[in-house]
Amino acid sequence: MAKVKMSKKSTKIDMTAMCDVAFLLLSFFVMTSTAKVPEPLPVDTPASTRETKLPETDLVTITVGDGKVFFGMVGQDVRADALGRIAEKYKLTFTEEETKRFSLIDGFGVPAGSLKGLIALKSDERNKDGVQSGVPYDSIDNQLREWILAARYATKELHQKELKVAIKGDAKEEYPTIKKVIDILQDQEVNKFFLVTGLRTEDF
Amino acid sequence: MAELNTGGGDSKGKKVRSKKQDAGVDLTAMVDLAFLLITFFMLTTSLSKPQSMNLAMPDKNKEQIDEPVLDVADDRTLTILLGEKNKMVWYYGLPKTPIEGPTVVGYGKNGIRKELLSKTKSVVAKYGDPKKGLIVLVKASKKSTYRNLVDILDEIAITKVPTYAIVDITPEDKAMLEKEGLLTK
Repeated sequence: MAKVKMSKKSTKIDMTAMCDVAFLLLSFFVMTSTAKVPEPLPVDTPASTRETKLPETDLVTITVGDGKVFFGMVGQDVRADALGRIAEKYKLTFTEEETKRFSLIDGFGVPAGSLKGLIALKSDERNKDGVQSGVPYDSIDNQLREWILAARYATKELHQKELKVAIKGDAKEEYPTIKKVIDILQDQEVNKFFLVTGLRTEDF
Repeated sequence: MAELNTGGGDSKGKKVRSKKQDAGVDLTAMVDLAFLLITFFMLTTSLSKPQSMNLAMPDKNKEQIDEPVLDVADDRTLTILLGEKNKMVWYYGLPKTPIEGPTVVGYGKNGIRKELLSKTKSVVAKYGDPKKGLIVLVKASKKSTYRNLVDILDEIAITKVPTYAIVDITPEDKAMLEKEGLLTK
């Protein structure tokens, strides 16, 4: 009997198609990605079932966590303009270079007096623990109110739009802190805001 | 014909066959690299925008005190007091003479949601008018967390309560929470 010859198959696979797909996906991710920005105050947001998206423009985010409040604005022009207004209010002067550097900062949490020092720091040093102590928001020195006001004026003047406010609170933050922030907003008759949340299903 | 003599004496007049080069390139390394980059970009991007919840608070303009005070029937209001330990107290009606409650419940589908669902239905059935639905008052105590607030707002959204508001807590309500052991000083 003749031996049945096994046909020798090549172990190599044609990888052209796989390569195509891989690069297609790669280019998709390269184009659509916006890199994650390190946050100065990382918070764990609570989850909700609602899926309203946050607006992308004309927004300020007030991050509340650990009893501290951080303030973030969207748009370099708004940031620069708001800084100008704060400088006027607190009798500070910022050089053009400093204003430019400030307009690249996403969020910050220092009193107005320490802004100069913060601007001078490198971006990775800024986000270290303990560097930023939070924006003062008590009734004696309510800088948070001034910042919100400045950002509102800036948005109105530059974009002719109302500023939207998002509150990003830490899940474990106690209610009085949140209440204080809401009160500051309501004192300016900002009665509508967004609460930043995570996503979950109704089954909990 | 141009032929390449590949040397070797043994060809002896025979035509030298040019070796057939394999047309396929080894793509393994390239694919490896591509997937590595894909993984990198997938992990570093934040594709989904953060979700958010709309919240509208009542205007607290102090100058409009002259407005007529609206009387609301006590069998339309459900008050929820947020306490510590992720628990809450609810009562139906007025704080001094509640129609139902006060009862301690937790969050989630086995907690307050059942009550909210049944009350939204029963109030509409009682009045026979979908416009006169349940009114939920949320009163958060000092010991409740931000998560509790978002949770209760979420429950209200899930159960489609038509009217709700976040109100300041009164001393009466505080006493009620203390009695249930959900508010320590």
